[in-house]
Amino acid sequence: MNSILGWSELTPILPELIILATACIVLVLGLFTSSEKGGLLVLTSIVGVVFAAITTAKFHMGDHELTRQVLFNGNFVRDYMGDILKIAVYAVMLFVFIYSKQYLRDKNIFKGEFFALMLFGMLGIMIMISGYNYITLYLGLELLALSSYALVAYDRDNMQSNESAMKYFILGAIASGMLLYGMSMIYGAVGTLQIDHVALQVSNTNNTMLLSFGLVFIMVGVAFKLGAAPFHMWVPDVYQGAPTATTLFISSAPKIAAFAFAIRLLAQSLEGLFDNWQHIISVIAMLSIIIGNLFALQQDNIKRLFAYSTISHIGFMLLGFVGGIDGYAASMFYIITYALMSVAGFGMIIILSCKGFEAEKISDFKGLNQRNAWFAFMMLLIVASMAGFPPLIGFFSKLVVLKAIVDQGYYVMAGIAVVFAVIGSFYYLKIIKVMYFDESESDQEITAGFDVKSILSFNALLQLGLLLFIPSILSYCIKAIETL
Amino acid sequence: MSMNILLIIALSPLVGAIIAGFFGRKIGKIGSHLVTIASVAVSCILSIQVLMGLVNGEFTVFNQNVYSWMVTGDVSLNVGFLVDSLTALMMSVVTFVSLMVHIYTIGYMHDDPGYQRFFSYISLFTFAMLMLVMSNNFLQLFFGWEAVGLVSYLLIGFWFKKETAIFANMKAFLVNRVGDFGFLIGIAAVMMAFGTLDYSEVFAQLPQFADKTISIFPGVEWSLMTFIAIALFIGAMGKSAQAPLHVWLPDSMEGPTPISALIHAATMVTAGIFMVSRMSPIFEMSDTALSFVMLIGAFTAFFMGLIGIVQNDIKRVVAYSTLSQLGYMTVALGVSAYSAAIFHLMTHAFFKALLFLGAGSVIIAMHHKQDMSEMGGLKKYMFITFITMWIGTLALTGFPGFSGFFSKDIIIEATHLSDRWGSSVAYIAVLFGVFITALYSFRLLYLTFHGKEKMDNHTKEHLKESPWVVTLPLVLLAIPSIAIGWMTIEPILFGGFLSDAIHVLPQNDVVKEIGQEHFHGAGSFVLHGLTQLPFFLALAGFALASYIYLKKISIADNAKKTFRPIYDLLQNKYGFDDFNQKYIAGGLVSLGNLLWKWSDSKLIDGLIVNGSAKLVNKISKVFRGFQSGYIYHYALVMAVAVILFIGVHVI
Repeated sequence: MNSILGWSELTPILPELIILATACIVLVLGLFTSSEKGGLLVLTSIVGVVFAAITTAKFHMGDHELTRQVLFNGNFVRDYMGDILKIAVYAVMLFVFIYSKQYLRDKNIFKGEFFALMLFGMLGIMIMISGYNYITLYLGLELLALSSYALVAYDRDNMQSNESAMKYFILGAIASGMLLYGMSMIYGAVGTLQIDHVALQVSNTNNTMLLSFGLVFIMVGVAFKLGAAPFHMWVPDVYQGAPTATTLFISSAPKIAAFAFAIRLLAQSLEGLFDNWQHIISVIAMLSIIIGNLFALQQDNIKRLFAYSTISHIGFMLLGFVGGIDGYAASMFYIITYALMSVAGFGMIIILSCKGFEAEKISDFKGLNQRNAWFAFMMLLIVASMAGFPPLIGFFSKLVVLKAIVDQGYYVMAGIAVVFAVIGSFYYLKIIKVMYFDESESDQEITAGFDVKSILSFNALLQLGLLLFIPSILSYCIKAIETL
Repeated sequence: MSMNILLIIALSPLVGAIIAGFFGRKIGKIGSHLVTIASVAVSCILSIQVLMGLVNGEFTVFNQNVYSWMVTGDVSLNVGFLVDSLTALMMSVVTFVSLMVHIYTIGYMHDDPGYQRFFSYISLFTFAMLMLVMSNNFLQLFFGWEAVGLVSYLLIGFWFKKETAIFANMKAFLVNRVGDFGFLIGIAAVMMAFGTLDYSEVFAQLPQFADKTISIFPGVEWSLMTFIAIALFIGAMGKSAQAPLHVWLPDSMEGPTPISALIHAATMVTAGIFMVSRMSPIFEMSDTALSFVMLIGAFTAFFMGLIGIVQNDIKRVVAYSTLSQLGYMTVALGVSAYSAAIFHLMTHAFFKALLFLGAGSVIIAMHHKQDMSEMGGLKKYMFITFITMWIGTLALTGFPGFSGFFSKDIIIEATHLSDRWGSSVAYIAVLFGVFITALYSFRLLYLTFHGKEKMDNHTKEHLKESPWVVTLPLVLLAIPSIAIGWMTIEPILFGGFLSDAIHVLPQNDVVKEIGQEHFHGAGSFVLHGLTQLPFFLALAGFALASYIYLKKISIADNAKKTFRPIYDLLQNKYGFDDFNQKYIAGGLVSLGNLLWKWSDSKLIDGLIVNGSAKLVNKISKVFRGFQSGYIYHYALVMAVAVILFIGVHVI
């Protein structure tokens, strides 16, 4: 057994180390910085993420591009999929930092801890992406979850924020318990927790009863973290109650982590039980699409509406898991584009809010076109992309998933998914209608700084601009899944 | 040749169009026309260089993809160039005529408020046309095809405040949709059968598909090649205005004259001819399709020429003559004389552009009046226009030695020699077409330039020759109208210049037969032509026109009265327009009304759309109750779900 930690073992986890160091630096810096000079904290965070991105990219471009490096006695893995997903996480986090700065300033809750917590959460995300052992994965998950609980409760004088944090914490603890319980079952059946060993043993053991039992509990944990129905009940309450900057975070990067988590657990280690879990996954996916879209119809709070929309998007993403290798790649494509879409959507809410005013009702978007035609158009792009109107990226991500499952012959599921996507387009169109055809109720100006405005515009235009890169992103995803 | 040259050729007009289109107001009128003329001139010079290079053997055929647009499964969609002799010839003709038209436009559109917009459009057109001819795959061909159609639509309706112009561009648009539908089916059939859209890959696979059949309707087997060829040709019928899809072209004369010359005479309308020549390997595999092509062409050549005799609008006469000449080219395609069709396409481009621009020059002098019954005796006032119009007419009527003579005689001869089914009918049509061509062409000249001056005094006082920007292109176009046939007949038709692009089966190769048995140099061809039937028919047409319109104009009126039914039939253009408007357009509108009232507003809107929306709304209201906000409710749902999953999957 190789127990000595050499430099060669540390190099592949350099990105994680950088994020950890940045989190610590921000935590300390935060003690000495007043909220007026808070820009320094954001800058430090951004620099840290950029450095991490450079190191990841460097590994990625290097000789090891396609090889898989399993490190720390099989606790950690650096592979192609991890690199791609981490790069997506970095991109999403940069948007998150920039938008949340604006929000925290406006709300007068700008503190160092916020960024430190986000960075710790991000570290958790990266460990979830790269964990190669059930315990490592669980640790990553808990790191992310604990940071998220604190972030949801961040606005501590706000009753709603506290209430939702409480719900999130309790339900999250139940889900974690179930997940651990499931993992222990699997351990009982196969006697190991390392992903590839589990995969090997699953096909050799005949104790399927125990395995299926564990599997169900593991899937509950995964579904809860993704916010998929019927384990979705926390999502709307938390999205609505949390400060928008937190919602922005938990609706984007952690979804990517949850995807990786699901891939590692289900597709990689429990592949032998594919026939068992694909039924459950399809039930979860269909329920999420149906519930997400139906409930969203009744919402007039836009954060809550986005929460249900997230649930339906997650359902769509999970559909891909039914479709084998092509399906996984399609799901990966879906989740990456979804994260970029979601971050833009909440960015829009932030940019419309200002001191003492939270733009969280749909009616707050009334007549946006008269007030600011440019951002009305940006919102149009984002919402239309979420609804999946061609030629925006949201259309193509739905298309690849549907294609993958239709290729496998799941026509009925694809049909139901399409019908509910059409039903769902109603509430997206409602937002567009309100922006363009209703009279404005206020003359609220958009007060955000130039940087936030231009970054958000860039983010929204990505919904269109990414079209040019669909083939290359898709080929990355396929390669990532193939080299698992 | 390098890809960069080709990219410059294709993109330079696009850049010109963008600059003139978006910044036209900033750079002003002069800036706009300078920029577009320069960009087209660059394309023109480089195109001619490419053509020369191919003739000299300096360049070899270029066939390469430039940009891969999309890869889906086994199919990759590319932007690429295929530049061989056929393409180079087309490029040179297109850019040269376009350059002439650009220069001419300075004079013609002088006081028009849409000056910059017009220049932007014609440059854009040049780009689209170049993309069409330079394409190496069906998709890009279709892109160019639609793009030229779009610009044509925009330009026919250029004066968008004029009711008739809007009607005409709508008509052009709709009729071309019909053709494009066939074209698209053809492309789809190619895609389905060959699995690729690249020309060279498709052509390489052709031999394996010779006997393949498909059944569109159960029980009816069609030869795949015939199906593809006819579907593609239906596209060509729309764009190259072959009957019965020709109805848009005469109406397109509502647009400004320069575009009539550029788009509706010299270049865009010949796209169909070019396409069929490019697809010659496919067409060669189906005698049925070629017979179809030939008969459609013959019908168009003969009957559209007849209408030209009764028209009084100077541009419409030229338009019907264009229809008739396109019919000649189509006949040539139908008898497998592709090179003759391309040859006629080229000579026609020059002299027909000349005739149109000449007509435009007359129209300028007449203060935008186009009715020939108000003209007459103009030769005194506009000498250059007069001379160049005569040159154009002689070329059109096929006077021996002029460019049109060579190309038209070859077509007639090839039709004569062909043993394709129906070729004797086509031969009679193209032969007597010569007489009709001479009749209406000289009628136009006489009514316009000779005889009594019939215009009002105000117009007469202002009659003068057009400015040099108008007459210069006339002179520059008159030169190839005289000489290009003499110079190029040997290399193009018999020297194998087009042999790398056009594929003819040996048993169909009538042009080669002419070359081996009847052709002994351009000079002797002219002398031979003087003794042949077409020449005498042209002479007869000339004599008849001269007698009627110079000596006894009353004959025309008497004939009109005596042959009233025939005259009416021609005036009504054989009733194509009335039929389309009454039955096709009218029928569709009433069908649409019916569907809208009953099916759409009652069934779809009432029951399906609103009904299902109400249902969904109700359901979602019921379900909303579950989201109570209480943690224990949430936890309960989770627990129930877990139990259900375990119940279903484990036990």
